[in-house]
Amino acid sequence: MPEISDNIALRCTDIHRYLGQGEGRVHVLRGVSFEAKRGEVYAIVGPSGCGKSTLLYLLGLLDRPDSGEIWINGHLMSNSVDEARTAARGEHIGFVFQFHFLMLEFTALENVMMPMRKLGKLTPAQMVDRAKMLLNDVGLGEKTHRLATQLSGGEQQRVAIARALANQPSIILADEPTGNLDVKNSALVFDLMTRLAKESGQAIILVTHNPEIAGRCDSVRPMRDGLFV
Amino acid sequence: MSPTLRIAFRFLTAKKRAMLMSLSCIILGVGLFIVTQATTSGFEDYFIKTILGTNGAIRIEDKIQETMRTLAAKGATGDSSFMIAQREGRKYVEGIEEPKQVISALKEFDNVAAVSEVLHGPAMMRSSFKGESVRAYGINLEDHLRVSDLRQQIVEGSLEDFRSSPSGALIGKVISERLLLSVGDWFILEASDKTGRQSRRYRVSAIYETGVADIDRSRVYLNMSECRSLLRKPTGASFIQVSLFEKDRAPQDALRIEDVIHYSARSWQEREKSWLEVFRALRFSTAITVSVFILIAGLAMFNTLAMMVMEKTKDIAILRSMGYTRQDISRVFLWQAAIVLVIGTVVGMALGALVTYSVSQVRISIRGIFATDTFIVAWSLWHYVAAVLTAVIMVMVASLVPSRRAARLEPGDVIRGTAQ
Repeated sequence: MPEISDNIALRCTDIHRYLGQGEGRVHVLRGVSFEAKRGEVYAIVGPSGCGKSTLLYLLGLLDRPDSGEIWINGHLMSNSVDEARTAARGEHIGFVFQFHFLMLEFTALENVMMPMRKLGKLTPAQMVDRAKMLLNDVGLGEKTHRLATQLSGGEQQRVAIARALANQPSIILADEPTGNLDVKNSALVFDLMTRLAKESGQAIILVTHNPEIAGRCDSVRPMRDGLFV
Repeated sequence: MSPTLRIAFRFLTAKKRAMLMSLSCIILGVGLFIVTQATTSGFEDYFIKTILGTNGAIRIEDKIQETMRTLAAKGATGDSSFMIAQREGRKYVEGIEEPKQVISALKEFDNVAAVSEVLHGPAMMRSSFKGESVRAYGINLEDHLRVSDLRQQIVEGSLEDFRSSPSGALIGKVISERLLLSVGDWFILEASDKTGRQSRRYRVSAIYETGVADIDRSRVYLNMSECRSLLRKPTGASFIQVSLFEKDRAPQDALRIEDVIHYSARSWQEREKSWLEVFRALRFSTAITVSVFILIAGLAMFNTLAMMVMEKTKDIAILRSMGYTRQDISRVFLWQAAIVLVIGTVVGMALGALVTYSVSQVRISIRGIFATDTFIVAWSLWHYVAAVLTAVIMVMVASLVPSRRAARLEPGDVIRGTAQ
């Protein structure tokens, strides 16, 4: 077992992942190793199809590697059962996706409360208070009761960030969080995400095509053909 | 409220039109199931009430007399003998020779409520208009009222007149119309035996209607002593009619009675087997027909949920990424089915009760195997339980497939866009 420092929130070693079947089977990740420290912001950059998003989903326990190990806060999760992976996602990992993925039938407040309701650590009143605080932090304090459909793209992404932070996870994984936003909103969302995460000592790993965003991260890891270069 | 129920409720209200379709099918299915069961059971129950009220729960008649043969056996400890029944020598004896003894024995059975001896025989009934073949039934009125609904079946005249007048007679509605007889009119009954023919005059004390066409056309009740004189049968009885406290125990009681008194005893279920089978078949066939509605409700629910799973794959993925388990995802969809099911069955039961009541008010004249002037319905909790159970099974089974499919979705595949 590799030695895990308390400061390391996430570590993966020698990750291999194939996608597709038969003749279309592609070796997407070819032995990737990576670690992320708390309070640091990491950018994974590279051309389309190099395996950035695939790596992110593996690190977020949304997918299983064909081989290799993934450690979350000192616990080996790569081969754990579905229940343990699901519980780890709820407690330790927050996701921000390019297309927001808000639940459209729910208000901004309800979307932010969704992970808290599942974790069940707070009382309903505490959940409401925390969700309002997070929405206030992302500048949407006035729009807490708006349905997701009544928010702009930038606002939806800010709600998604608030939702990712809801359970105070130690790791934030963001897949092109600014990819669908204009320049102004991109900068706003990035600043917000990094500020809130750094304040609470979270490791942020983001996949981006945006060199400006990548340049403002603590560490940039370029990828090509399934490997860090 | 659990998080999954909250999500289910919101998903449900967002798909109002599709869910209303499933809801309508459940309401119709449950409602119609209840109505059809209420009407078919209603007629069946009324038929049973009619046959119990006319011919009783058990009828004791005729005797099969066993011929016993003694067999001797020789053993180490001495000689012995035993009796065996001999099939070849069985003797058929028509009617009941010693009715008083049989009645006395019957009263020892704990389920026997009352007994009435009846003597009957063929006769020709003549009015001033014309003549018809009938059967004269001699009864002891008080005994017979205890084993039948004769009192409730009187439609004209009174039993009091029959009780006080030896020449009084109770005739069926059909024969009264055929012979143009009214209460107070006189008629002649002619009966013949080996010694000759004899005729006697009787007066119509009352007219009854059982609704059973055969009975109302052919049965003429006389006081027992009058009937004995007419048929020249001073002793014995044709049969003994028995009423029971628990009518459903009739087949078992009939078997025990046969064992004890050695007369043939036929329960109402055995006598009316053909009609009862018809009613049973009718009830099953209507239940199957109406279950098709509930099956359609199940299919509608399946369709709605399957569509929703396809539309909500991203929501499912995001819920899974937040820590919602596969069971949680499955519950989100099962809750939706359950909510629609609860509303559907409650409204369906109310609709069923309302339509059942409305049907019971419909005027319809039926004569033949019973007499009624309104639609007969049966109010039974079991109709509601059966309707709800059928709906629950069909809708929940139909909902399992899409909910399991939703639970099996891999969030990574959905987000990557490769979910199957």
